[in-house]
Amino acid sequence: MSAATELPGLTATALQVVAVVAGAPFVVGGMRQVRARLEGRAGGGIGQPWRDLRKQLRKQQITPAGTTVVFGFAPAVVAGTTLLIAAILPLIALGSPLDSAADLFGVVGLLFLGTVALTLAGLDTGTAFGGMGSSREITIAALVEPTILLAVFALSVPGHSANLAAIVSATADHPGQLVSPGSLLAFVALAIVIIAETGRLPVDNPSTHLELTMIHEAMILEYAGPKLALVEWASGMRLTVLLGLVANLFLPWGVAGAHPSVLAVLIGLVAISAKVAVLAGVLATGEVFIAKLRYFRIPELLAGSFLLALLAVTASYFFATPT
Amino acid sequence: MSWIGKIGRVGRIVEPASDPPEERVAPPTGVCGSLQLRHVDAGSCNGCELEITGAFSSVYDAERFGARVVASPRHADGLIATGVVTRNMHQPLLNTLKAVPEPRVVIAVGDCACNGGVFAQGYGVVGSVADVIPVDVQVPGCPPTPQQIITALRTVTGR
Amino acid sequence: MTTALDDSPTVPAPDQGLTAARQARGQAVLSGGVTAALGVVGVAFGLSAVFGQSWHLRIGWLLPLVGVVFDLGPLGGFFVAATGGVSIAVGIYAVGYAQREHWAAFTLVMLPLFVAAMLLVPAAGSVTTFLLAWELMAGASLVLVLSEHRREAVRSAGVFYAVMTQLGFVAILLALVVLSAAGGGDAFATISAHSGAVSAGTRTAVFLLTLMGFGSKAGLLPLHAWLPRAHPEAPSPVSALMSAAMVNMGIYGLIRIDQQILGPGPNWWGLTLMVFGALSAVFGVLQASVATDLKRLLAYSTTENMGLITLALGAAALLSSYGAHQVAAMAMTAALLLILSHAAFKTLAFLAAGSVLASTGLRDLDKLGGLARRMPGTTVMFGIAALGASGLPLGAGFVGEWLLLQSLIHSPHNNNTLLALMMPLSVGAVALTTGLGIAAMVKAFGVGFLARPRSAAAEAAAEAPVSMLAGMTLGAAACAVFAVAPVALSPVLRQVLAALPTVGGNEAGPALGGYLRLPGIPGSMSPGLIAAALVIAVLVALGLGRWGWRRRPVAAAAALWACGADSLSSKMQYTATSFAEPLQRVFDNVLQPETDVEVTHFAESQYLVEKVTYRTTLADPVERRLYTPVVRAVTTWAQWVRRAHPGSVHLYLAYGALGLLVVLVISR
Repeated sequence: MSAATELPGLTATALQVVAVVAGAPFVVGGMRQVRARLEGRAGGGIGQPWRDLRKQLRKQQITPAGTTVVFGFAPAVVAGTTLLIAAILPLIALGSPLDSAADLFGVVGLLFLGTVALTLAGLDTGTAFGGMGSSREITIAALVEPTILLAVFALSVPGHSANLAAIVSATADHPGQLVSPGSLLAFVALAIVIIAETGRLPVDNPSTHLELTMIHEAMILEYAGPKLALVEWASGMRLTVLLGLVANLFLPWGVAGAHPSVLAVLIGLVAISAKVAVLAGVLATGEVFIAKLRYFRIPELLAGSFLLALLAVTASYFFATPT
Repeated sequence: MSWIGKIGRVGRIVEPASDPPEERVAPPTGVCGSLQLRHVDAGSCNGCELEITGAFSSVYDAERFGARVVASPRHADGLIATGVVTRNMHQPLLNTLKAVPEPRVVIAVGDCACNGGVFAQGYGVVGSVADVIPVDVQVPGCPPTPQQIITALRTVTGR
Repeated sequence: MTTALDDSPTVPAPDQGLTAARQARGQAVLSGGVTAALGVVGVAFGLSAVFGQSWHLRIGWLLPLVGVVFDLGPLGGFFVAATGGVSIAVGIYAVGYAQREHWAAFTLVMLPLFVAAMLLVPAAGSVTTFLLAWELMAGASLVLVLSEHRREAVRSAGVFYAVMTQLGFVAILLALVVLSAAGGGDAFATISAHSGAVSAGTRTAVFLLTLMGFGSKAGLLPLHAWLPRAHPEAPSPVSALMSAAMVNMGIYGLIRIDQQILGPGPNWWGLTLMVFGALSAVFGVLQASVATDLKRLLAYSTTENMGLITLALGAAALLSSYGAHQVAAMAMTAALLLILSHAAFKTLAFLAAGSVLASTGLRDLDKLGGLARRMPGTTVMFGIAALGASGLPLGAGFVGEWLLLQSLIHSPHNNNTLLALMMPLSVGAVALTTGLGIAAMVKAFGVGFLARPRSAAAEAAAEAPVSMLAGMTLGAAACAVFAVAPVALSPVLRQVLAALPTVGGNEAGPALGGYLRLPGIPGSMSPGLIAAALVIAVLVALGLGRWGWRRRPVAAAAALWACGADSLSSKMQYTATSFAEPLQRVFDNVLQPETDVEVTHFAESQYLVEKVTYRTTLADPVERRLYTPVVRAVTTWAQWVRRAHPGSVHLYLAYGALGLLVVLVISR
């Protein structure tokens, strides 16, 4: 097969999903390593999350008393929605067959569907910590939604569409509008959204042991073995997928076209891996310098990000570069 | 921003790893290098806890060998138990072990956990951890040093 | 909350009891059957009117001077069909519910009459017929709200509802009378033909009065306070009809009078509708997210959805007045879709809540829980309704909301400051509404149905009878169709849109095929494909989780991890109040909760505390800030006017003569 052979969009999409599945633990491991090295430690290595996952998959599955199928299926739903998002987003190539089926609003909806599944699982355990985690998680999700949709609005103005392939190709064709005020403000707002949605500092500390400070962890305290592996994997995949989304929305170079050749697909894979690795490293470095916010300061942070997103939209209206 | 300079100046502070120990316990699931533990204080004076905290700190860094302390026993491969088992902590210790999914290990840290230590004849004491639940690895010492604790962890992780 | 007290004072003998039960069943079947049959008739007439068959009927002798005129076009047919659909599900459900709750005869008789009146409102062809049907509908609903009149809460809710309905009716009466005087006739057709001759001042007056009257019926701020009072106290099938069909009549009035008959209005009309819609949506969903009474939560959710629909109507009007007809058509289609999907999931939600109420006697989420094991059918039904209400993908409300957002983001903004400010703020309002709606529905479903029961009544719950489940299944089927195959509605929506030329009806609306495509705008979505892909993705995820299953020890069940304690009591679970507490704290300036702490000391010593009672009340702040002062002012004025009523018959005769003299002078 020569390097110029055209592959159908489905191949690139399948490769994307496999890359996300395989690469998510490495992204999490890489972030932990960056933090460890900056703190002067040696760290467990990039492969540590993979080792943990393999181990958890071999452990006993436990069904806590009083839980229902909601608890049982929530990990699969969270992982499933994340896999679907990975298939929709133009991470390696633009020609995903699902691109016209779901635009950025659909992706946001799927993200929230996963959050809701995990929240219901937390409530289903019937423990105090499960309910507490669910309550906090859903409050943050409710307050982050205006920012996220306004950021989608701001991003859809240049390309006149909310479909992802259109947005990414519009940015690739007119790189000048990346430094417009609207774009920069949208980037900052989206960064805060991703931190809130994936539960990183300063919103949530993913490695805390104090239940009263937990948000995401508190919902999954009852999960063991393979279901825990699926939940942790899904969290890692969500982080990877969202970092990939931000990377390709604001730095779309390297993304292959709608009918890519083998070489273009490989370049796309390398490009997205590099971009996600860099973004993950920057995020981890930032985490070393900040502490977790007190819970009732988070709405203030989210209100600030809402204002930024609102300014992003009005800026992209009034400073629209003529196309 | 001066922190960036400080990080650069301080650099790596972790002690170099010693040789891996000879005697091994098989890792619970056969996967080397991954051991999550739930800590249970069955009635200790907290001396062993301070040493365990030191073992997981930046200076000794037990995480590089794959060990980690987790909040929920359901997420754990086993317990790291300290202290003599007091009457009030007898049932909670058993409940915690029951909540850990199979296959699991128990690591008893400190003289109190291994054989009762200085509190062996106390009136509020049921016995050592080994008397109450099956223990796989014992770490004697009052308190054991972080190096000894890490060596014991490495016998289980296999790394 | 207790259910209705049983009317029978003595214990009947066994065979008497059997015949009484059989009689009750017969009556329930008759009542429910007639309601469902009326629903079928409504759907048939409505759909035929939508697809071009217009129905005219004039009964000259029924009302003196003007007669009764029925004129069913596509717009009216749409609402008649929607009402009919809801009535079918409610009628089937009521067969079982009426027997469970031992409905009195007047409730059984009133239910079909209420449905009949609701079917007549959109079919009315003249001002008098409309007002007549409107009052019939209001009166029938009032009687039904007072079904359990032995309870104090029901009586006060009934009074509140009656007063607000009549005040709304006065506003509508004034508006329609002014309109008909300016338009030169009683029939809507005559008024439409002469709508160009109506002066701007009259149009403004009619718009404001109809906004007040119809807005109050639809549950928009600030005249919404009757909704969360009346809906919880009514029997659940009646709540379903009121929330899913009756509030639509307010929207119908707004569309008919302000958009179809009065034609394209100035842009501040659309702006006003958008502002009131956005405020209602955000306020309604905020109250829903902190409500602990299940039916009150659903009632506030109705305010929220009506707010969204009004926002869509306002957007369509505003965009149309700026010449963006294509986008206006999208917004109008979104409004129509939201009306239908809301009818489907709200019916299902209230019917499921009624099933819970009938089985446990509880509406309080803080005391429910654990119903998933005991009432699996009802749990699944409420889950589908909650998914639809939250606007997530695979829910019934997703497509309408997606269309609304698309119409807002594609509005033209070439140097138009008003649109450039309104559209992002509207998107923000819709987004906040969706987020808080998710929180409210997760709370209702998670706390009410999952985990363990929080009270003895919840523990003793049993599944609903077959007829109730059948009614709910119809609603669930409608939700499923709207969620994954909205293509089924495409012909209906196109026809209705064509009947609304002033809000983009001349343009082709979005194409609702297997893919939803926006005409002339790059944007598409396919709910069916998303659903299928999600199922595949979940199966792949399940496969990932099975990896390594051969090396696993046998799966086991275990007690909950109670941090070492022996067990967790059901009181240690999060309740609805605690679940919503962070949201309540974040929004406490809007919600203004009243907290009351009462400390009881021991009689022997002032230093020792025996009991601390903590009570927090979340009253409707609009009611407290707006209604109470108004009511107080009216009462003061009424007390002052009482001085003119000393009780002397001579004085009253003099008043009568004076009044007659004034009328004679004016009418000369």
